[in-house]
Amino acid sequence: MTESPIVQSTFLLGRFNLQAIPYHEPILVFTFIGVAIGGAAVLGALTYFRLWGYLWREWFTSVDHKKIGIMYMVLGLIMFIRGFADAIMMRLQQAWAFGGSEGYLPAHHYDQVFSAHGVIMIFFAAMPFVTGLMNYVVPLQIGARDVSFPFLNNFSFWMTVSGAALVMTSLFVGEFAQTGWLAYPPLSGIAYSPYVGVDYYIWALQIAGVGTTLSGINLICTIVKMRAPGMDMMKMPVFTWTSLCTNVLIVASFPILTATLALLTADRYLGTNFFTNDLGGNPMMYVNLIWIWGHPEVYILILPAFGIFSEVTSTFSGKKLFGYTSMVYATVVITILSYLVWLHHFFTMGSGASVNSFFGITTMIISIPTGAKMFNWLFTMYRGRIRFELPMMYTVAFMLIFVIGGMTGVMLAVPPADFVLHNSLFLIAHFHNVIIGGVVFGVFAGIAFWWPKAFGFKLDPFWGKMSFWFWVVGFFFAFMPLYVLGLMGVTRRLRVFDDPSLHIWFIIAAFGAALIACGIASFMIQIGVSILKRDKLRDTTGDPWNARTLEWATSSPPPDYNFAFTPVVHDSDAWWDMKQRGYVRPLSGFKPIHMPRNSGTGPVLAGISFVLGFALIWYIWWLAAVSFVALLAVAIHHTFNYDRDFDIPAEDVVRTEEERTRLLAAQVNA
Amino acid sequence: MRRLRLLALLPLLAALGGCKFEVLAPTGDIAAQQRDLLVISVLLMLIIIIPVMALTAFFAWKYRQSNSEARYEPDWHHSTQLELVIWAAPLLIIICLGAMTWMGTHLLDPYRPLDRIGSRTVVAAADKPLVVNVVALDWKWLFIYPEQGVATVNELAVPVDRPIHFQITASSVMNAFYVPTLAGMIYAMPAMKTQLHAVANQRVESRGFSANYSGAGFSKMFFAFRAMSDSEFDSWVREAKGSTESLTRQAYLELEKPSEAVPATFFNDVDPTLFDAILNLCVEPGKMCMKEMMAIDAKGGAGLESASANLLPLMHDKHARRGTVFGGAPSYVVGICTPEELATALTLSAADTSAAASHRADSAPVSGAGLPIPGFSPALLPAFTSPLLPTSEADIGPRRPSNS
Amino acid sequence: MSTTVTATSEAPVFYEVDEHPHPEGHSTALGFWIYLMSDCLIFAILFATFGVLGGNYAAGPGPRDLFDLNLVALNTTMLLLSSITYGFAMLAMDKERVKATQVWLVITGLFGLAFLSIELYEFHHMIAEGAGPQRSAFLSAFFTLVGTHGLHVTFGIIWLVTLLVQVQKRGLILANKRRLMCLSMFWHFLDVVWIGVFTFVYLLGMLR
Repeated sequence: MTESPIVQSTFLLGRFNLQAIPYHEPILVFTFIGVAIGGAAVLGALTYFRLWGYLWREWFTSVDHKKIGIMYMVLGLIMFIRGFADAIMMRLQQAWAFGGSEGYLPAHHYDQVFSAHGVIMIFFAAMPFVTGLMNYVVPLQIGARDVSFPFLNNFSFWMTVSGAALVMTSLFVGEFAQTGWLAYPPLSGIAYSPYVGVDYYIWALQIAGVGTTLSGINLICTIVKMRAPGMDMMKMPVFTWTSLCTNVLIVASFPILTATLALLTADRYLGTNFFTNDLGGNPMMYVNLIWIWGHPEVYILILPAFGIFSEVTSTFSGKKLFGYTSMVYATVVITILSYLVWLHHFFTMGSGASVNSFFGITTMIISIPTGAKMFNWLFTMYRGRIRFELPMMYTVAFMLIFVIGGMTGVMLAVPPADFVLHNSLFLIAHFHNVIIGGVVFGVFAGIAFWWPKAFGFKLDPFWGKMSFWFWVVGFFFAFMPLYVLGLMGVTRRLRVFDDPSLHIWFIIAAFGAALIACGIASFMIQIGVSILKRDKLRDTTGDPWNARTLEWATSSPPPDYNFAFTPVVHDSDAWWDMKQRGYVRPLSGFKPIHMPRNSGTGPVLAGISFVLGFALIWYIWWLAAVSFVALLAVAIHHTFNYDRDFDIPAEDVVRTEEERTRLLAAQVNA
Repeated sequence: MRRLRLLALLPLLAALGGCKFEVLAPTGDIAAQQRDLLVISVLLMLIIIIPVMALTAFFAWKYRQSNSEARYEPDWHHSTQLELVIWAAPLLIIICLGAMTWMGTHLLDPYRPLDRIGSRTVVAAADKPLVVNVVALDWKWLFIYPEQGVATVNELAVPVDRPIHFQITASSVMNAFYVPTLAGMIYAMPAMKTQLHAVANQRVESRGFSANYSGAGFSKMFFAFRAMSDSEFDSWVREAKGSTESLTRQAYLELEKPSEAVPATFFNDVDPTLFDAILNLCVEPGKMCMKEMMAIDAKGGAGLESASANLLPLMHDKHARRGTVFGGAPSYVVGICTPEELATALTLSAADTSAAASHRADSAPVSGAGLPIPGFSPALLPAFTSPLLPTSEADIGPRRPSNS
Repeated sequence: MSTTVTATSEAPVFYEVDEHPHPEGHSTALGFWIYLMSDCLIFAILFATFGVLGGNYAAGPGPRDLFDLNLVALNTTMLLLSSITYGFAMLAMDKERVKATQVWLVITGLFGLAFLSIELYEFHHMIAEGAGPQRSAFLSAFFTLVGTHGLHVTFGIIWLVTLLVQVQKRGLILANKRRLMCLSMFWHFLDVVWIGVFTFVYLLGMLR
């Protein structure tokens, strides 16, 4: 099949019919069989061990920011593997399709693969990862018991899941967009993409976008309103600062995405003319609007990573962070500047030289605060005592790799240079350089750093180091050839090649991708091995790294209420300060603690949203109407429930805290 | 600048003997200047990148935990002088780079006519640039040489050392026109004209392509780029003249239909109004030209009665409109036209429905909105003129890219 | 570790023994305000879109052919009055007068409905004349901007009805007051947006 089927709509099923199932594509059939068997095994196991009730009560309906954070990480990991599978398929196709060979992927499939790879990696892997880490860590770092709106937090998570589920559904039912990850019109308009692919794209992003925006609002409120007494803004840990800026960026940019996609939706569903060639539409406006969201999005991903690296560097160097104030200002400056650079994504559209140079120069200006941050980490290491645990290894690798990416980024910011490198594999290499070197390494550093906090045992260092080296070496093998190819004038999203001199580079890149696959496998093994060896890796102190911020002041894993007594903060490294100045853990006087109650409304609403999205994609209007009404009804019904809190009785708090006292005593005696 | 060219190649050439680094070793002056900027910006940044990388490695090694001889100052976390340096050093480099960017961007603005064809050769005022009209089609390139009166598909030939003025548009979706060895890329967009001024300084056989993904046939959307001497170019034009095909509007409408990996084709003659019609999306008979539409809009629209007018002349998207679900098909109120146009509109709508019907049976790429028009006759060729059109043809060009 | 360290008298306070838990809903006002700002951004994009496409009539009718300022003035009055009556509802709420609050809310809702009806009449009229959202980019932008505002008002009315029921069932408890306050912000926000629509779309449209 090379072209999407054009089908007549029926009342009951919309444009869904058997043709929509890609049973004629062996790759998809085998994938489906694999997923079906794996899924059946998991579901069977859950049923056999009677875990459904447990999962529903303790996890799916949980409003505990820690559990939601962990669920975000699980979602991110699953989608990361899906996105990586797409990456492997692309690398294989490009290494294969030489000398007259068409490779193994027809255009219809290949174009979906690269579109899905971008969408999944950004929206459903990187975003859940950073949101998960922020969700888990921020309330602990600021000494809070939960986020401002715990129910909303659960709802946001499930909306993200719902969007991810739609993207996954497109694999086996219908098709995904064949437009690239930003779906530029007119190509993504109804005239040139008439089938369901772009609709999957739109509704997946819209549904997940609701979750992302709400979660952004939630975390801003949490950081602004819920800080422990004494923690004024300039005493907030740097990760909290970067999280605050990230969430400001989310709230100030995702509505733009929502509006832009809504206009595209109107073009596709209502026949309006925003981005068409017909009747006065203007496709260039979409490109502008999508990048006004798109560029801040880049910083939404990287800022939390910067925060993680800051925490890791100062912890493992055993030093206070160098230049805290300039670090904070650098973050804020980046936040603001990120709105003034969007046009550098399309210098080649033909804007005047003045417009291009304005946006080129603002782009370069961003590298100043970024450079300052780099120096701050550098001088945090200076005269420190650096322990090369896994998070610190990732940080050093980040510093070495990210500067290369920063340099190539500034090269692309020079408009005349961009004219020869835009849309080339050089660009691909550049943004993978900063996203893998920055975001992915940051997330891995964060996982290794906070894992003991979340689960009470460290990750196995051997497999962690294996994963690290595979990733670092694999990264160079996979992306340095793309820089080279970009300089040879090879553009992105190509499916077949006929210039034999390019072949070797694609083979090297494919080899690099294989190394990265080993890195991911090692990471999975690391988690498995660590769980098996958890008794050996156990940490009972709650502070395995001799760390500095408040999250390490409580037990690992923290109790539901995080802190039995709200901490009072005197320094930006609050926990370090407490340790230095003789903090004594309170052993009596516990009171009942007021906590939010779990709610099943979040998953239910998200489930209905999934059905609504599916119905809209397939033009099943009756189902769309029913699910929309259901959505409203459930939401309204939820507001009639006024009983949303409960108290953890003092005895429970006493019991939990006594257990911790016992563990700590055992630690000291041992 | 000359020296820099060599510099750029040294490290890479040593390692990668056999590769064609077209971006780093171009044969056109514009691309060469762009490459120079690239190299200078890298060198400038290396001033700061190399120390940072070296210090990272050095500090990581020096202050490792096992090195108990290194100084350890756990509370040292501020130094005003150092802070000044770490903000000022990048700032200085960015000031240099920014100044360079400002000048480079203005000098190398693709819309700016060339004033030199080499680092030492100035363009004489009398030298008229060679105009080439470029159209990105699904999925091939059309080059129209108005001066020579020939056109080619997927082959671009230019004489060496003569400034070239490309005027670029697209028929349906966005593409980017890019010949790495000649000059940087610029988007090709429907109903919009972008421009590129460039010059080829050496005889070369190379290739150009679309650098912006445009759909299924995108991977094979490349063309031969041939820079040749004046005499070779003349004989190349003669060869094109010798072709038997002529690029009429009808031939263009055939050509415009989606196709992949099209071999180089020559046309001995081109309808002189064709490029303008392509740009204004009115090659098809019965379509209103964009500039006419914009002239009407500039006068404040065409009044209330135009609301329910025949919309078909304004539907410019190339594939048959599959109909949005709630928008429905465009309305056909055919009362405002001359008898000829009435006939056209009727055949158009018939063709439209038959094209739509044939879809369900045949899933091949479709060209639509009446591309294969039964009863097509050259008599109908003059562009659709609406009675609503003001008599004085306003001097409004087609939309130009803007970022308003 | 820390448990074994004995506190000295000058040791600073590191935790609150007597804590005052954050009152329920203490960040709702801030959160809702941020939400309104994000919604405001959606409108900003729609306004920008209208700014870019507002002159693309596609050889069709322009604002002067389509807009009836008298009707729009009436419509604007309805919405402004609804904001005032909402204000009265809030005043009544402050005085704990349940009945008066409800009555003012009902009046607000009726004004809102009147606004919507007039808007729908206008839309219907334009579509019947052939000037629907598909006719030109100008009309697409117009219908989307004004329609999005109308959609917000619709949800505002649904919310208002919900709150009426909740006030009826529970009275003016703290949670309900908070919700009324949020809806108040939402309602006034829509008013402000409408002022923008009225000015930029209708008034400036007539001057184009």
